[in-house]
Amino acid sequence: MTTRRQLSFATSGSFAIGGTLALLVIVTALVSLFWTPQSPTEITVTQRLKPPSAEHWFGTDHFGRDVFSMIMVGAQNSIAVGVVAVGIGATLGIALGAFASARRGWSEEIVMRFTDFSFAFPAILSAIMITAILGPGAINSIIAIGIYNIPVFARVTRGSANAIWARDFVLAARAAGKGRFRITVEHVLPNIASVLIVQATIQFALAILAEAGLSYLGLGTQPPQPSWGRMLNEAQTFMFMAPRLAIFPGLAIAVAVLGLNLLGDGLRDVLDPKLARSR
Amino acid sequence: MSAPPPILAVEGLEVAIATPRGTAQAVRRVDFELAKGGTLGIVGESGCGKSITALAIMGLLPEAARASGRIALGGRNLLELPDAELCKIRGDRVAMIFQEPMTSLNPLHTVGRQIAEPLMLHRGLGADAARAEAVRLLDRVGIPNAASRVNSHPHQLSGGQRQRAMIAIALSCGPDVLIADEPTTALDVTIQRQILELIRRLVDETGMALVLISHDLGVIAETTDEVLVMYGGSVVEKGPTASLFAELAHPYTKGLFAAKPKLGRGRSLRLATIPGVVPDIVDMPKGCAFADRCPIAIADCTRAAPTLQTVGRGHSAACYRLGVPLPEAAA
Repeated sequence: MTTRRQLSFATSGSFAIGGTLALLVIVTALVSLFWTPQSPTEITVTQRLKPPSAEHWFGTDHFGRDVFSMIMVGAQNSIAVGVVAVGIGATLGIALGAFASARRGWSEEIVMRFTDFSFAFPAILSAIMITAILGPGAINSIIAIGIYNIPVFARVTRGSANAIWARDFVLAARAAGKGRFRITVEHVLPNIASVLIVQATIQFALAILAEAGLSYLGLGTQPPQPSWGRMLNEAQTFMFMAPRLAIFPGLAIAVAVLGLNLLGDGLRDVLDPKLARSR
Repeated sequence: MSAPPPILAVEGLEVAIATPRGTAQAVRRVDFELAKGGTLGIVGESGCGKSITALAIMGLLPEAARASGRIALGGRNLLELPDAELCKIRGDRVAMIFQEPMTSLNPLHTVGRQIAEPLMLHRGLGADAARAEAVRLLDRVGIPNAASRVNSHPHQLSGGQRQRAMIAIALSCGPDVLIADEPTTALDVTIQRQILELIRRLVDETGMALVLISHDLGVIAETTDEVLVMYGGSVVEKGPTASLFAELAHPYTKGLFAAKPKLGRGRSLRLATIPGVVPDIVDMPKGCAFADRCPIAIADCTRAAPTLQTVGRGHSAACYRLGVPLPEAAA
């Protein structure tokens, strides 16, 4: 009984904390669409490297831009990257994985060897390679992260879908004359939706991290559009004069990633009670 | 009176399954015919090839399995049809119900939707018409309050009700042949009887042919007109139910019959068993598959597999030792 109560507390705890943090990031991004305390792009050289004050809550950077406003607008950027990159990865990856699982045989082999191949390269390396080919910029970095997400979703989809294909009700559906495509859409995908939602949440966090990494390297979002990764990059020159310039965007990234990861864990426990019990 | 043309004719059906240890001959030389309204029982232990035979008829064998021979449904050989054609036949001309009603329904969809789907797929019915038909079908298989039950999800139904719903799905398009693979094994004995009576009544009403697969001789004896006894992938005895049960010919069938628990025999009596296990289908003996468990086997039995010999009207058995009585301990 005690274990159960502890488990349910851990479950609701990570779900609640993760949800709150993720919501905080989303609300910040939404508010920044129509209001920021200062302009995030306006350069005021006289106001450069100011410490936090009533006017500039997180202080100003080396161009005199308001750090708090930049972080708010940066949240938009991170969320856009996450949504689009996970969208690309999930759409193509789920399609590929479901196809592999429905066809089996050599189709499955080809898809799975393709995912093995892409997993052989570290994510950030392949993203750097793709942006090196396509050129730096927000759009290209989103595409790069999205492409990296394809094999992740393909693999998770195929694995869970194979388990569903082995279930009795799928055999019954085949006995009723349904084709593989129909069974995939009507029976397989709805039954693995929870797994995919959890995976999407976690990939969202990884996409934010990857975008920050690419921007830090100068391959992602380009100036003047604020980005948490590039803020970190610019802050390193002033590490000893104004460490807060690195701390605030770093904290923003940490909050977003931690929040989404906790949310993913919590969602998994909520959506898949069997897994929660066995943990 | 000439015999009506068979709806389903299985001729020389063989199923080979590729396994990591070699090819397993899961089904060998199975022949049978079913006319309109005909009922056939296939009986045997686990692993004797009865379910594989059913899946072969449905065209739903696992990837690794290859079927050869001929399965003719209304004159067309199902083994030669591409999968797209089979999809049109499955659920329409041939339907199947399974052993586990608990897991054979998709937990996410309502029962009504699952009954309506084959109608929309094969009959081109609109959603409303298919739904109305689903209510009618649920009512027909004996589910009370069918009009509200169509909206139930599988978890809201009992095991017997779910099996009734499975039967409604199978029945939806008025199939020529219904294959029931252990339809009552997972159910309580009282529910078992109701389901068998329902299947029997539906066969009489619709004139569809029935293939009933069971390990339970009692179930077969009560429900079907013809019986096929399978062992190790082969048919060891076949014939009309009445004459077969009146005069069991094959030692395996006799053993199976003796192994049935009987009421009123007293608790002290040990349940009869057939010693040994079903042979490994990957490493099948050359002779009779039953030879090493058979109490009356002779040297000939292990040399070559016996073929079916006529023992009565339409009744035949594959054994070299027909007519030899079993020793008292085994019978």
